[in-house]
Amino acid sequence: MAINWFKYAAPSSFYGLAGRLIPWFAWPAAILFCVGLYIGFFVAPTDAVQSEAYRIIFIHVPASILSMMIYLIMAGYAALGLIFNTRLSSMMASALAPTGALFAFISLWTGALWGKPMWGAWWVWDARLTSELILLFLYLGFISLQASIEDPRRADRAGALLAIVGSVNVPIIYFSVQWWNTLHQGSSVKLSGTSMHIAMQQAMFTMLAAMWLYVIAVALLRVRSIILERERNTQWVAELAEVRQ
Amino acid sequence: MNKLSLLDLVNLVIRRDLTLAMRRRADVLTTLIFFVLVVSLFPLAVGSELDMLRKMAPGVVWVAALLASMLSLGRMFSADYLDGTLEQMLLVPQSLSMLVLSKIIAHWMLSGLPLVLIAPVLGLQFDMSGEALLVLVAALLLGTPVLSMIGAFGAALTLGLRGGGVLVSLLVLPLCIPVLIFGAGAVTAVTSGMSAASNLSLLGAFLLMSLLFTPWVAAQALRISME
Repeated sequence: MAINWFKYAAPSSFYGLAGRLIPWFAWPAAILFCVGLYIGFFVAPTDAVQSEAYRIIFIHVPASILSMMIYLIMAGYAALGLIFNTRLSSMMASALAPTGALFAFISLWTGALWGKPMWGAWWVWDARLTSELILLFLYLGFISLQASIEDPRRADRAGALLAIVGSVNVPIIYFSVQWWNTLHQGSSVKLSGTSMHIAMQQAMFTMLAAMWLYVIAVALLRVRSIILERERNTQWVAELAEVRQ
Repeated sequence: MNKLSLLDLVNLVIRRDLTLAMRRRADVLTTLIFFVLVVSLFPLAVGSELDMLRKMAPGVVWVAALLASMLSLGRMFSADYLDGTLEQMLLVPQSLSMLVLSKIIAHWMLSGLPLVLIAPVLGLQFDMSGEALLVLVAALLLGTPVLSMIGAFGAALTLGLRGGGVLVSLLVLPLCIPVLIFGAGAVTAVTSGMSAASNLSLLGAFLLMSLLFTPWVAAQALRISME
């Protein structure tokens, strides 16, 4: 039987699907968080150079990776919404933005906590820190632009254009800042082999998976609220069990 | 009636915007005075040692130029939007991108060019050398049009919104960071004995890139805002 994928492009049918999917992402996320943190704090060995303080990377690195990925995914959804005029894609873009901003903030915050013992300063004007900060500003710009436009269709489309221009700019900003100054340690996870202990890798990838699942669960939860808010005057919302009571 | 050619359109829009601005010179002067004022505030705030001032000068001038160009963005489309001219402009058969480009050029001539011209005088306040002043002017000449173009995109997106002025800065400033880095970097390179060529080439590349894309993107943003 062929599945009609486009069925779920309609907010009314996606609302129910999202509700059913959330536990399937939320519970594994919670379990993997516990496993990842356990490996990170109790199994992974103490680092030779950075001693115990390095353990914050189990939160810092996945959060940084996700803050960048979410921006691209958000821009992708926004572009889909702009090109094909699908309301749900635009709603997904708006649903992802606060989570992306949150991860950018966590990444900066944990980076500062890591920087103090390692570099002796809370904040260093290094390329990656600076571009992460700019990424946070881009998220905040997207959120505040959408918040200040009252008509949701205009908000979607204006936000989409901004997200697309932003994502074109992200590499330019990244390289500008990199040429400007760099002090950050190079990445330890490379495609050809790695300099990390196996338990550290396990902890890192478990945490990354946990955060991915968390992002999906939270985005689905938020998109459900957005759907309800935007479709509040429709028949199908009025007939929902949770609305009627 | 003859059909207006593209060049005629560009010419017409630029001349119209310049005429309108000349009728209200205060608007143009305010931006310029703001720029001079902000630059002059820095020595008062950080002290007057010439060594430090020389080092800070390019950064201060560029940040002030960035802020001054934000100040005038609100005027780029809003007057035309309020009196309904913009709606008519969307209806002309010629390309909207070219029309937006003309408005950008007019905006730059009114807000970017005066900054470029006054910058050497401000540079002298900071005891910059002749060579550094030359590079500063060259960098501003290449960089300020990019600021106007990115600004046009922001202004088009926030057209008619409450609190548009602050919002447009929040949207546009992060996108302007590369220009700021290489603009100020060009002067720093010269004062530290290196060549400014790479910085100026990158600024030129930004100028060409944004010349190609931003008028079109800003036109799309206008269409979204005017629906």
